Amino acid sequence: MNQEALVRALTEIVGPRRILHRPGQLAAYECDGYVAQKGRPRAVVFPETTEEVSRIVRLLHRERIPFVPRGAGTGLSGGATPLHDEVVISLVRMNKLLSVDYENMRAIVQPGHVNLTLSKRLGPQGYYYAPDPSSQSVCTIGGNLAENAGGAHCLKYGVTTNHIVAAEVVMPNGDVVEIGAEFGEAVGYDLLGLIVGSEGTLGIATAITVRILKKPQAVRTVMAMFDRVADASDTVSHIIASGIVPAAIEMMDQLAMQAVDKSNYHVGYPRDIEAVLLIEVDGLEAGLPELADRIIAICREHRARSVKLAESDAERALWWSSRKMAFGATGRISPDYIVQDGVIPRTKLTEILARIAELSEESGLRIANVFHAGDGNLHPLICYDARIPGQTEKAVAVGSAILRACVDVGGSITGEHGVGVEKLEEMRYLFSDADLEAQLAIRAVFNPEDLCNPGKLIPRPGRCAEVRDAHWLAAKHAEIAAGFPDQTLTTSPGAGA
Amino acid sequence: MATKEPELIRMGQHSQGAFRWPDAPDPDKYSVCVHCGFCLEVCPTYQEWTDENHSPRGRVYLIKAASEGELPLDENVINPVFTCLDCRACETVCPSGVQVGALIEEARGQVYHARPKQGVAGALERLFLRGIFPHPKRLRRVAKLMRFYQTSGLRTAIRKTGAIRVLPRHLREMEAVLPEVPAEGAREALPGRMPAQGVRKGAAALFTGCVMDVFFADVNEATARVLARNGLEVRVPKEQICCGALQVHAGDREQARAMAKHNIDVFLASGVDYIVINAAGCGAALKEYPELFRDDPVWHARAEQFSAKVRDISELLVEVGFDPPRAEVRRRVTYHDACHLCHAQKIRQQPRQLLRAIPGLELVEMPDSDRCCGSAGIYNLTHPQMAGELLERKMDDVPEGVDAIVMGNPGCMLQIKVGVHRRQRQADVLHTVELLDEAYRREGVKG
Repeated sequence: MNQEALVRALTEIVGPRRILHRPGQLAAYECDGYVAQKGRPRAVVFPETTEEVSRIVRLLHRERIPFVPRGAGTGLSGGATPLHDEVVISLVRMNKLLSVDYENMRAIVQPGHVNLTLSKRLGPQGYYYAPDPSSQSVCTIGGNLAENAGGAHCLKYGVTTNHIVAAEVVMPNGDVVEIGAEFGEAVGYDLLGLIVGSEGTLGIATAITVRILKKPQAVRTVMAMFDRVADASDTVSHIIASGIVPAAIEMMDQLAMQAVDKSNYHVGYPRDIEAVLLIEVDGLEAGLPELADRIIAICREHRARSVKLAESDAERALWWSSRKMAFGATGRISPDYIVQDGVIPRTKLTEILARIAELSEESGLRIANVFHAGDGNLHPLICYDARIPGQTEKAVAVGSAILRACVDVGGSITGEHGVGVEKLEEMRYLFSDADLEAQLAIRAVFNPEDLCNPGKLIPRPGRCAEVRDAHWLAAKHAEIAAGFPDQTLTTSPGAGA
Repeated sequence: MATKEPELIRMGQHSQGAFRWPDAPDPDKYSVCVHCGFCLEVCPTYQEWTDENHSPRGRVYLIKAASEGELPLDENVINPVFTCLDCRACETVCPSGVQVGALIEEARGQVYHARPKQGVAGALERLFLRGIFPHPKRLRRVAKLMRFYQTSGLRTAIRKTGAIRVLPRHLREMEAVLPEVPAEGAREALPGRMPAQGVRKGAAALFTGCVMDVFFADVNEATARVLARNGLEVRVPKEQICCGALQVHAGDREQARAMAKHNIDVFLASGVDYIVINAAGCGAALKEYPELFRDDPVWHARAEQFSAKVRDISELLVEVGFDPPRAEVRRRVTYHDACHLCHAQKIRQQPRQLLRAIPGLELVEMPDSDRCCGSAGIYNLTHPQMAGELLERKMDDVPEGVDAIVMGNPGCMLQIKVGVHRRQRQADVLHTVELLDEAYRREGVKG
C-alpha cells in the first residue's frame, strides 16, 4: 500500500482533521522525552474511540505496516519513538473519564486521560489515583500502563501494575479483548500482568480500570540536608530498618539541587551540602506527629545539618515541585541530558554513588543524581552537549556503564522508565539468550509479526542489531578493540556480558 | 517613521537554515528545551487541538528544525508559530527555563521577511502596524472617527438597519462592547506633571499605551491619581508613542525597534525613577525591549537601562508601599490573571494584595485564573475561532454571584466584555486600579 492509499484509508476511518501526513507535520513526532534517537513516522492518527483504534490497527495489520501507540510523549526510554517508518497512533484525544465508582473504589478512564487530572477530578470527593510519576501533570494513564510507571510514592503504594485491575485492549491484529477483572483476581492466565509494562508491544489499551484510593487523612513532610551523601544514605536505610514505612523517601545530590534552584521551582538549598532528603509519611492523623518526630531524630543521629517539617501545604508543594521538576531543570545547567534509571539494593547506595562519581570524572561529563532512595531507584542525569561531536555517544556509553554497575551489585537496568530503545543492549546485562528467547516467544503469541511497536523492549538474542556508538569506551579499550572490525566495536559497550 | 529593511545574511551559522535574516531565533534559546513535555497540558492551543505541532515543545522543535535546515520555512512551520497565543503559560511551568515567547517572536520576525503577507489582509496589517499605531496623531484621528461613529447616531443607524450584519460575529460582538471613546486620551488630558501627595517616594512617568488610552483613558487617569496619592510625582511625557508589542507579535521587529528607540529616548530624557504601565501586554514588551537589540550593544545597554525602571502599577505600589484605603467599596469581585502579567512578568500576588486591602471588597478566586482568555493582543481578530473557544472556557470559570471581573490588561478587558455580553451576565469588567482609585476617592480627603 503506497502512502497515498494509506492516507486515504486512514482518513476514511478518522476523517480529514484527525490525521497528519505531510512530512513537515511529522517532525514533532520524531521522538518522545528521550531525544538521543529519532525517526520520522509515516503518519500520525488521532482516534477517538476503541472502534476507530481497532479499525486502524486492523488496516495496518492487513497491510503489514508497523505502528506505535503514543500518549503525551513524556517517556524517557524512547518507547514511543518511531524508528521503522511507523504510523503513530496518538491516543491523546481518548482522554475521557468514563466512570467512577467511589464506593467500590474504581474508575475507568480512556488511555489519553492525564494522570494528575484523574486525581484532580476525584479530589473533591476525597479520593485520588496513587501512582505519581514526576511527569504526572502531563503523562497519560495509557502511557503509565505501557511503561508500568512508578513515582515517588510507590515506596508505600506500589507501581502502576498494583493499581490497574482491568483493561480493554486492541490486539495487534485489531481484535478487541477484555482482560483482568474489576474485582477480585482474574481467573486464568495473568494477561493483565503481561500487558502492563509491555511498552506497547502486545497491544493498545483503550479503556483502563484503575483502583482509586481515599486520600490519607494527614501528611507530614520532612526535609533534611546533609554534608555528606553517605550520611543521607545511611539515614534512608535506618528509617526503613526501624520499621517505618514512609510514603516516599527522595534524595537529590548537589548538582541536582543547583539545577532546580536555578529554575522556577527555587527552594534555596545551601550550596555546600552534598545531599537533601525529602521524607513523607501519611495516614491517620493519630500517631503521625510522633512518626515525624522519630524520622527527624534519625536524621539528626546521622549528622543532618538541618531538618525541617513542612509548615504549610504551599511549602510541601514547593518541595515536591523542586524534586519532580529536577529532570527538566537539568536543562538549566546543560543543553542535553540522558536520565538513567538503575535499581540497586538500598544498602549499596554509597558504593554506587562513588562509582558514578568515578565515571563522571573519567568521561568529563557532569552527572546529577536524583533518587527514589526508599526503593533504591537511581536517576543519574548525565549532562552533555549534543552539538559537540562525540558527546552524545559518550553520554550514552556512560549511562550504559552505570547500568552495568547497578547490575553488578545485584540491581537492575530499569525501575520505572522502561527499556524502550534506550536500554535494549543493557537487557543483555540481565538476561541470557535463553531468557530473551522466552520473552520473544511471549511477544510472538500476541504480536507475531512485530508490527506493534517493533524493535522495542526485547533485543534479538545473540545479535547486536541495535547499534550503539561507544567510541569513548572503544577508545578506552583500544587494545581489545584492535582485533575487531569497526562495526562490531561500536555495538555493545559491555560485549563481555 | 522611516525604517530600513534588513538585508539577507549570506554568511554565518544560519546560512544553511531556513532563517536567513538577522535577529533569528537564538540557538542558545532553543537548545535549552530538553523535550520533557511538561508544557503540553498548560498550552491552550494544545489543550484544544491535541496536536503537538501546536504545543510549546512542538513549536520549539520546529523552530530548531527550521533553523538547522531540517525543515523549510513553509506553512508547516509558519502556522504553528502563528497559532501561538504568546501567553507564556509554558514559561511558568518549564523547569528548564525555555524562553518560548522570545523564540516565537524571533521566528515571526523571520516569517515577516520571508513571507510578507499578501492581499487585503497584508495591506490592512501594514496600514495599522506601520501607518497608524506608531503615530499618536493618526491613532487619535482614528479614535475620533470611532467616537463620531459611536456618538453621532451613525452607530444606532447601522445597528437598526442591520448593516452591522456585514461583519462576522466576533467583530459584531466586539463592536457591541467597545466602550465609548473619550474626546481625548489621558496623554492629552492629564497635566505633564502632577505633584506627589504626602511623603515623596520618587518620580514616575506614566506610559499611557495605545489601546488603553483610546478605550480606557479613565483607567490611565485613575492610575495617575493613585500614584500621586501614594507619594509619587507623576509625569506624562507627551512625545511617547505605542510600545510596539503588536508589531513584535506580528513579526515586524524593524518597526518595533524604531518605536522602542523613540520611547527609550523620551523616557530616559525625563529622568524619572520609574516608568509605570497599567497594561500587562505593554509592560511585558517594555521590559523585554533589550531582546530587540541583541545585535546592537549600544542600544541594548540603553534598553536595559530603560527596562530596569519599568513597573506594572500593582508591582510599583507594593514595592514602594501603598496606603491602605480607609473607605469601603462593598463589592464581590473575581480576578483574572492577564497572561502578560502572571506568566510574562510573574506578577500574581501584587494585584490581589491591592484588592484585599480595600475595605468591604470580597475577592473570590476563579479556577484556572491564569488561563488565557483568548484576547492575546490581536489574536482574537486573527484567530477568532480559537479565541472564542478560550473565552467560553474563561466565562465558565467566572464564579457565580460576583459583580465585577477585575484584571490588569486592556486586551483582556475588551475580550471579557465580549464574554459578559454573550452570556448576558450582570458584571462589570474593571482594571484593578479603578477599584483602588474608587476607594481613595470615597475617602473624600486628599492626601
